[in-house]
Amino acid sequence: MTITVNGRERTCPPGTTVTDLLAELGLGPTGSAVAVNGEVLPRGTWPAHALGDGDDVDVLTAVQGG
Amino acid sequence: MSDDDPLVIAGEKFTSRLILGTGGAPSLDVLERALVASGTQMSTVAMRRVAPDPRGSVLDVLNRTGVRPLPNTAGCFTAREAVTTAKLGREALGTDWVKLEVVADEHTLLPDPLELLDAAEQLVDDGFVVLAYTNDDPVLARRLADAGCAAVMPLGAPIGSGMGIRNPYNLAIIREQATVPIILDAGVGTASDAAIAMELGCDAVLLASAVTRAREPELMAEAMRDGVRAGRLAHRAGRIPRRLYAQASSPAEGVQTW
Repeated sequence: MTITVNGRERTCPPGTTVTDLLAELGLGPTGSAVAVNGEVLPRGTWPAHALGDGDDVDVLTAVQGG
Repeated sequence: MSDDDPLVIAGEKFTSRLILGTGGAPSLDVLERALVASGTQMSTVAMRRVAPDPRGSVLDVLNRTGVRPLPNTAGCFTAREAVTTAKLGREALGTDWVKLEVVADEHTLLPDPLELLDAAEQLVDDGFVVLAYTNDDPVLARRLADAGCAAVMPLGAPIGSGMGIRNPYNLAIIREQATVPIILDAGVGTASDAAIAMELGCDAVLLASAVTRAREPELMAEAMRDGVRAGRLAHRAGRIPRRLYAQASSPAEGVQTW
């Protein structure tokens, strides 16, 4: 299936969860946040949340600012 | 700052009354040295799309220096964007504290009062500890405190302008009416600006550019630490009234006449 991650298309196997995606992106368990189709997902829901075809995923982290 | 005069926000104590933003530092190494020199215990970070950097991340620096990260909502123009960004900060950093920033346009970066108040109400309802960046408007400051914000953070001048405190009278009114800590946020250009904010009665000062964009960030961080401390002590000590004419400090009695 095809999803969009931070504005770029990406293919991944059906059933891919948010946790799977973060691992694929090389991100550790802390310091990141995820929104799917504009809705922020609580960290605790990541392992069970399977992404769907066409999902628009944003993965954010803290950077210098403010 | 001494342990017997802590800054208390939402029940949490800080011995430093300087909050240093991480924005604008030329490198993480410079930032780290400035953070240490400033003595700060809390520092703002922004939420952005991930772009892993082999040179490390700002969170590594904050972890190493023991400085607590305060996620902000910089770059948000609407309440909706700000609420979403605050939630992202909460998930990424595991804190329900947020520096709420909702600006009206990119040129002034002045807060949009209507979107700001709307966002503050939503976030307070959702259990956030909201530190709201606001205009130096006493009415809006009061409305934000009434909405449940844990701290109200009026600007001295626009973000990054280094213009100092443009309206000390408004700030004095905001302070006088305050029911929550007042943190001067934005506009500080040099250490005397930070001292003046504290002398006016602000509970703390938040600044970034004045340090991170100084020629010597580490030195300026130290200057800010001392400026905030000096201003706080002067505020507690109570300044003498201004007088138009001189008042001798040497005794008038026993003056020899020649």
